[in-house]
Parts: sequence; structure tokens; C-alpha cells
Amino acid sequence: MAKVLMKGNEAIGEAAIRAGCIHFFGYPITPQSEVPEYLSRRLPEVGGLYLQAESEVAASNMIYGAAGVGVRVLTTSSSPGVSLMAEGLSYIAACELPCVLVNIMRAGPGLGGILPAQGDYLQATKGTAHGDFNLIVLAPSSVQEAVDLMLVAFELAEKYRNPVILIGDGMIGQMMEPVEFPEVKVGKPLGPTDYALTGCKGRERRIVNSLYLDAQKLNDHNEKLKAKFELITENEQRWEYYNTEEPFDVLLTGFGMMARICKTAVDVLKGEGINIGLFRPITAKPFPYKPLRELIDRSKRVLCVEMNMGQMLLDVQFAAEGTVPIDFYGKAGGIIPSVEDVVEQLRAAIAKAGGSRSGK
Amino acid sequence: MKKIFSYTDGLTKKTTHYCPGCTHGVIHRMVGEVIEELGLRETTVGVAPVGCSVLAYEYFNCDMFEASHGRAPAVATGAKRCRPNLTVFTYQGDGDLASIGMAEIVHAANRGEKFTTIFVNNAIYGMTGGQMAPTTMPNQRATTCPMGRDVEQVGHPIKVAELLSSLTTPAYVARVSSHTPEETVKAKAAIKQAFQYQKEGRCYTFVEVLSICPTNWGLSPRESNIWLEKEMMPYYPLGVLKRPEDFEGETDGGN
Repeated sequence: MAKVLMKGNEAIGEAAIRAGCIHFFGYPITPQSEVPEYLSRRLPEVGGLYLQAESEVAASNMIYGAAGVGVRVLTTSSSPGVSLMAEGLSYIAACELPCVLVNIMRAGPGLGGILPAQGDYLQATKGTAHGDFNLIVLAPSSVQEAVDLMLVAFELAEKYRNPVILIGDGMIGQMMEPVEFPEVKVGKPLGPTDYALTGCKGRERRIVNSLYLDAQKLNDHNEKLKAKFELITENEQRWEYYNTEEPFDVLLTGFGMMARICKTAVDVLKGEGINIGLFRPITAKPFPYKPLRELIDRSKRVLCVEMNMGQMLLDVQFAAEGTVPIDFYGKAGGIIPSVEDVVEQLRAAIAKAGGSRSGK
Repeated sequence: MKKIFSYTDGLTKKTTHYCPGCTHGVIHRMVGEVIEELGLRETTVGVAPVGCSVLAYEYFNCDMFEASHGRAPAVATGAKRCRPNLTVFTYQGDGDLASIGMAEIVHAANRGEKFTTIFVNNAIYGMTGGQMAPTTMPNQRATTCPMGRDVEQVGHPIKVAELLSSLTTPAYVARVSSHTPEETVKAKAAIKQAFQYQKEGRCYTFVEVLSICPTNWGLSPRESNIWLEKEMMPYYPLGVLKRPEDFEGETDGGN
């Protein structure tokens, strides 16, 4: 299929349709409003359902209802809206229902701003809402990758009956890039839906519920969710190594669009004969700790760059276990660290690491 | 021997956890009978709330959701919109529906979602132990208004049926009571009408059922029935407040 030039938000909407998702509930919020706008136009064309909820709280509970009756369902939002969706996500995860949420992150906290940021990394990966549950978190670094990961998102959601969240900063949502879509899979049926509430004709009635008043039963349920996430951790880690074939002293890390800017910084220094390794998680959760650690063990120093005040940094520190010094450079509020900024930070890290090995 | 009463297939045979004198059981029974009589059991998905009837999913003999507090109408919206052939109902109390879930119920009604809501109004929070509800009567005592509801401080009780009736979107809105056999007969007829409209795909349907809470009112069941009639019914008048036919008449040019 030929490439088309498309805005990230619209491409994400189209990718959901290509993944076979024709049910959407959501609420407008900058900078993701083009997703509901696009889908409100596009979904009726494919016999799908678009419904604008009265709030993100309601939207998250509508997708709970939709997922519970066994259909493929999507919602999208941006940071403050995702906070409101936390309630529904906890219930959906507790009831082990599949759904996909996209968070086109804007600057926070509070009302914050509408410019791009990565301040919801910890919210997505560590503390989305109350109770012990885990989301699968995907972090694309281009519009094309966002499209590709949307298909992965639905597959993982259904494979593990677990909510999947795709986190893109406002840049991914707002910029236009050439993108290639997979073949249309509209109407592709959901896998086994022996959990779904479809009316009890010819079978025992079913209950979609997260209330367990018996402590032992609730503990068992928590154990089951934990075991599921361990399986996900074992099977589903995705990451990218960039420029790691040759020796390097300094390892650079970042996720999403920031990682893409970091790649250019790596290229700039490579042009000067300085080799910098780059690690980028594609699954922010399960976080690829071991693949990162392998690179950390080859480096003298790590620089972590994010569009926040240091969130993925905690995972990098966890992976390093104190074996190497870790520098952090971050900007928030909608300020995007430039290639020059990253290069400057890398030069400082190289100096602290005591020179650098040549890439050549 | 002639069988004159039996279990309804609309309910499971599980013994309910409700307090002695509580009318939740009666209201469950009415809904269960209606589901059975209309032949809807195998196509019905119910949504249980948070509150005294949180365990309703154990009692209704059909597929059931348990929703978070107040969000049953949003869950029902997701279910019904994605599977329009299902019969979907929410069963909610006054704390769930009229307080934390006010946005969800108003917008579901305003969108004309084609499901049914059974709204049990007993003027108090039951499960949490007798706190003030949005429907608590003026001067009525509750654990969070020990001197009685002060309308100067917290406003007047909300008349949800009237509030929903004020929306332009066509709907069926009725208020009934469960405190006498006569009124329960009328209540069941209203519930049946609501499910019938849903079966026909007509409109959003809402039945408010006045109910007693002897435990948290601190009254005997008999005293509670009297209190409901004397204190609640004048403020929450019974009757059908809105019918879909009213609107169909208008679009036909008035009738």
C-alpha cells in the first residue's frame, strides 16, 4: 500500500480501524482532538460506532461496557483526561477485559499546558489508578511506529485480556509524516470471547465484576493478575538498540519522540568520530531492563533525556543498580530538548566519563 | 393442587443480603418477573451499582456487570450501543445515581440511550451506614446530618424523575412506590412498560421506585411505610411524568 502524508492523531484513528476496531468512545481534549474528529467522520463509513462521552470518566466506563460485551474498543485522550479515565482502567484491568487507550501527552501537572510533554510516563507504567494491576505501555517514536503499534496494541490487549495504553507526546499527535497502513481488517472478529456478556441464551449466565469481598479470593485474583503480568514481561518486551555495534563510553536513553531526537544527536557525534550508544524502550511496560543492562554494562556513563523531570530515569536507575553514574537532562512545560542540547549534554557526559572510544 | 406462586426465572434462587423490611427484594422481584414475562432473560444484560444493591449481579438471573459508583449508565451505554439487540438495564440507588452518578444519568437520558434504569430512592445512603443522600428529606436525620437535613446548607432533595423529564429528548419517566401491595402492582406495571418500550427500541426508560430503609431510618418496617407515605410521597409525587408518545404526537403535528 502506498504511503500517505497524515497527521499523527488521524493516522492513529485510521490504524485502529485497520486493526479491526470500529467502536470508539471519547472526549475532546487538546492535543488529541483530531482522533475523535477523524473517527466521528470515518467510523460511520465502515459501519462502526463513534460516541462522544460527557466526560473522560464516562468514556472510560463506556469502554468498560463495550469491552464487557465482547467488542474491540478504543478511547483516546490527553494527560488531564487520562487522569479521569483512571477509574475505568482499574475496573477494566480488574475484570480482565481488552481495550486500547491512547494518551497524546501534554505538559502538566494540573491543567498544565497544551504543548508536547512526556510527564505521564510514571502514570502509565507505575501508578495509573488504585489497586494492583498492570497496563501494557507502548511508546512510539514516529507516526509510522504509532500506526504499527496500534495493531500490536489490539493484539496484546486481546491476547492477554488486558488494557493497553499507547503513550505519544503531543508531537506525535500533531505532526504530519508519510505513513503506510496495513490492509483493512474491518470486521475481523475478536478472539475467544467466553467472558463477554452477550445474553445467556444456551449457556450459564456470566458476570463481569471486580468485587471480591472474600480476602482470600481477592488475594488469589491479585496473584492471577501478577502471574499474567509476569508472562507478559517474559514474552512481550520490545526495544531498539541504535549505534551499539561499536564500543562506546556513554549510553544515551530516551523514549518516544525524545529518543528520535537523541538518534540525531548520536549521528552528529558519530560524524565527529565519537561513538554513543542509544537505548530506546518500545514497551515502556514491560520495561526491557535486561536489554538495557547489557548496554549499561558496556558503558562508563549513562545519559537519560526526557521531556519531563526524570521519570523513565527511575527505570534506567533500576536497571543500572548503581553500577554506573547516570546523568539526566529533561525539559518540561512543552520545551523540547533540541539536537544541540542533547549533543552538549553528551559532550559533558563524555568529559565526565574520561574521554571516549572511537566509533571507527 | 394449583400453583399460585413460585420463583421467577428472572431471579436466581440465592437468598438476598438485604435487611429485614427493605424493599430492594420486592423491587428485584418485580424486575425479575418483568424480564421473565417479556421473554427477555436470555438477551438481557444488567448493570449493578455501588450501594446496598451492589450484589444485585448475584440475584438477577441474566448476564450482569458490576459498575463503579455512579457509572452504571455509562457502562450500559457502552454495552447497548455496541450490542443494540441486547436488553440492558441499570439498577441504581439514590447515592449512586443522584449524587456521584448525576452526570452519567443525565447525559445517558439526554442522548436517549435505549436502556432502562430502575432507580431506587430510599432517601438515604444504606450500605455505608445511613449518611445523607441527595434525596434525603428536609430535616430528616442521617449520620452526616445528625440534626436533620438543613436545606440552607445543603439544598433541597433532588427530584430526579422531574429533572430527567425536563430534557427535550423523548423518554419514558415514571415514579412509583413499593410501600403497599397496591402500589407495587402499579410499580410493576411501570417497570414492564419501561422494558416494553426498550424491547420496541423506542426511547430511554426510567422508573424511580420510592423505597424504605427501616435500618437506617431507625423505624420499624410498618412505621417506615407510613413515613414514606407521609413524608416522601408529597414531595416525590407518583405517576408517569413523560411518555414517548407525547413527543410522537408533537412531531405528527399535535394530537
